[in-house]
Parts: sequence; C-alpha cells; structure tokens
Amino acid sequence: MMASTSTLDLTVARYRPERESEPSFQTYEIPFRKDWVVLDALNYIKDRLDGSLSYRWSCRMGVCGSCGMKVNGTPKLTCATFLADYMPGPVRVEPLDYFPVVRDLVVDLTDFVRKLKRVKPWILREEEKPPGEGEYLQTPEQLDIYKQFSMCINCMLCYSACPIYGLEPGFIGPAAVALAQRYNMDSRDQGAAERLKILSEHDGLWQCTFVGECTKVCPKHVDPAGAIQQYKLTAATHWVKSLLLPWGAR
Amino acid sequence: MSSEPHYTLYHPRWYRRRVSVWWWLRKWSYARFVLRELTSVFVAFFALVYLWQLWAVAQGPAAYAQFIARLKTPLFLALNTLAFLFVLFHTITWLNLTPKAMVVRLRGTRVPDAVIIGLNYAAWLVVSGAVAFVLLRA
Amino acid sequence: MERITPLLWLLFSAGGTVAAFLFPVHLLLTGLAFPNGWVEAPSHESLHRLVTHPVVALYLFVLISLPLFHWAHRFRYTLYDGLQLKHLTALIAVLCYGAALLGTAMAGYLLWSIR
Repeated sequence: MMASTSTLDLTVARYRPERESEPSFQTYEIPFRKDWVVLDALNYIKDRLDGSLSYRWSCRMGVCGSCGMKVNGTPKLTCATFLADYMPGPVRVEPLDYFPVVRDLVVDLTDFVRKLKRVKPWILREEEKPPGEGEYLQTPEQLDIYKQFSMCINCMLCYSACPIYGLEPGFIGPAAVALAQRYNMDSRDQGAAERLKILSEHDGLWQCTFVGECTKVCPKHVDPAGAIQQYKLTAATHWVKSLLLPWGAR
Repeated sequence: MSSEPHYTLYHPRWYRRRVSVWWWLRKWSYARFVLRELTSVFVAFFALVYLWQLWAVAQGPAAYAQFIARLKTPLFLALNTLAFLFVLFHTITWLNLTPKAMVVRLRGTRVPDAVIIGLNYAAWLVVSGAVAFVLLRA
Repeated sequence: MERITPLLWLLFSAGGTVAAFLFPVHLLLTGLAFPNGWVEAPSHESLHRLVTHPVVALYLFVLISLPLFHWAHRFRYTLYDGLQLKHLTALIAVLCYGAALLGTAMAGYLLWSIR
C-alpha cells in the first residue's frame, strides 16, 4: 500500500522543426514534491517520461542565467520557480518570447549576445596601469554606485518581458544598457564617451518607453528600467552640453 | 502541419512568432502601461482647454462668458471629469517613477526611493495649494 | 530626427513634470469646481489682469506648451508601438510635433497680443 502522492500536470511547448512547422503543446503528469522547482519537473520528464525534450539549464541555483523560460506566461528562471506556488496546476512552460525558437524550449541567443558586445561591457581605459603599480583602488562608496547593475546574470528574462524588444528588433534592450551603465559608473572605467555614441544611435535606447516589465521580472533585482531612464538623462544632459559648449564637450 | 523536414542551409528552421497588434491586452501590466500612456491624450485635451480659455479672455467678456457656459454643459463636465481622473493617474505614475530616473546620492549612499517619492508628493501639494490660492483670490 | 531625439525626450520629460505637478489643480478648479459652482469662478477682468502680468504670461506659456510636447512624444510612441503603424512613422511624427508647435505658437501669440 502506498500513500497517494499528488501529481501535477506540466503543459510543455514542443517544437521539432524536422517534423512540424509550428510549436505544439504536450502535457505530462509529474509527481508533486513541495520542494521541487519547475526545472526539477523538466528533469523528471526528461529522465523518466520523454527523453526528447530539449531545454537549457546549468547551475540550478539562479546564478548562471541558462534556464530562463516562460512559466504560465511570465518569464522566470525555472530553477527558482517553485511548483508549490502553482498548485493545483496545470503549469504551462514555454520558451522565452521574442527570440527565435530553435527546438522545444531552446531559443537562439545571438541577437542578445551581439547587442551585449556592442556596448563593450568591460573596463575601457585610455592607458592601462602597469602591473607593477598595483591594483586600481576603489572605495565601498564607489562600488555601491554600480553594484546593483553588476548583478546581471544575462538570463534574458528582461528581453522576454519587454514588448518594445518584441516590436523593435533593433532595440538594444534592458540588460545591455544596464551592463553599459555598470561600466560607465565604475570608477576604474574611462569609456563612458565611447559607449554614449553607441547607445545614442537611433535604435540604442530611445525606443524605450519605460514599460517597466524588465525590472519586474529580473531575478537579480538589477533594475534595468532604472538604468535606462538614468542613461536617457545622462545622454540628454550630454547632448545639451555639447550644444552649448561644442568646443569643450568631448 | 507539413510533414517535410524544414531545413535551411546550416540549421533547422527556427520558429519566429509575430507580435500581435493586441499584445498590450495579453497582460494586465501591459494594459495598465497603455492606459498610462493614454493619459497624454487627456493632458493635451486640457492644455487645449486652457488655450481656449486664453483665447476667450483675449477676445473679451462675451467670449469668456460663452467659454464658462460651455464648460457647464454635460458634455464638458463629463469630459473634464474623465480628464481629471486620467491626469491624476498621470501625476501618480509620474511622481512614483521619478526616483528611477534620477538617483540622488548623499554622502555616499543612495537616498531611498520612498523619500524622493514623499518629497515629490509634498511638492505637489505645496504647488497645487499655491495655484489654488492665486486662482481663488482673483 | 535622430539628432534631436534627446531634445524631444527632454521636452517630453519637462512637459510631463509640468502636467504632473500643475494640471490636477488647474483641472479641478477650471474643469470641475468653477463650472459646478463649488467655488466662484474668477471674473473676466480679474483673469485679464492676471494674464497681462509678465510672470503669469510666462507661466501660462509653459503650462500650455510643454504638456503639448509631452503629449506629442508619448502619443507618437503609443501609435508606433501600440498600433504598430511602422510605415506611417514619419507622418505621425510630423503630425504630433507639428500640432504641439502649432499650439505653442498660438499660446505665444495670444499671450503677446493680450499684453
């Protein structure tokens, strides 16, 4: 005799380009464990029910950014989304919006990676300090200025939540701007002017209309919407200054 | 639907979904965003009402009296009530969102959002009081 | 268009701030309190006296003009994103900012002619 364990239905998006031209849904019944997350459920499906299911995951603890998917319509990290919050179900799992679907729950990341590279998310300096001179020193106050934006794990939930990114494929997107700001505001960085040129391009950040969904879904509380609005102010201030003092601005 | 494999030259065909024109109805937070954006229509409406008032004042007492009378009609009372609600929504969303765009740092730490929002509302009350004082005394 | 995007955004922000702080009280009085008789509406001559004061004239110019630019910028993007009217983007921009400029010009002309 066995105590009856409760179960939960997971309705998972499938897309197998070799045999269908559009995604479909497949429902699996999985056992419910109160400490399970959606990723555990997906792994159960893959291990026991249907080995053909394709999805990305890695650290299973919310730091790698690999397992982003839509759970009941909202972008989430599946390793950080508890099944218990969705009982009695069913739970709908789909790939992230606004990215091309490669297979099942796997999306193509090229556009995001390209945009991220464009903003040069690394320390830019006119001259590197020779190693013999030691490290760059930074006070806790200086760290505090950009620390929030450095928490980004590139999970792309913000892109999937942003309707503007869905409508304007050229929009550079929340995470890219947040990471640009992370470096602009780093006291060791000297690349703010260079990034300003890149971000001020028409498709840079002016498409953003402060919907704010990106900040809502961010699992690391980076607040990319705030980064974008702050940057709009910076860029606009810089524009005014270059208008009034064309010789001294740069 | 089709039973043939879909392959482009180097990889299987990716699926790209078109964003529907009704994307903003899919989620309540999207719909609320569009409502917030539509407040600008009522902002423009009232700016035009004030422009109209300015014109009426410039024309003379007769035109001004006609302006006043028009505002008393049910149509304009309804429009102005609706506009007032939307403008209020604009004010609340605007004042709540300003700390995101302007980070104020005092002595090394960031001033909490709640403080800035509180100051915004306080300033709003003071300014509104001043305007009311001037207009009611006239 | 691309070069003046920061300017358009600044106008949008300024207009939104003016509208946020000042429109509720003005709308409450002029649109609701005066017509409903909750308080007495100002007479034509007292308004005329107010409007001819240079500070008030400047105040009114800002009060009318900036929110119109706020509307122009916001409405333009609402049409562009909300209704996906990509192909009409130039026309929409011209109509919106053009209307704001027209309103600004009218306000300026009226205030100048009253003084």
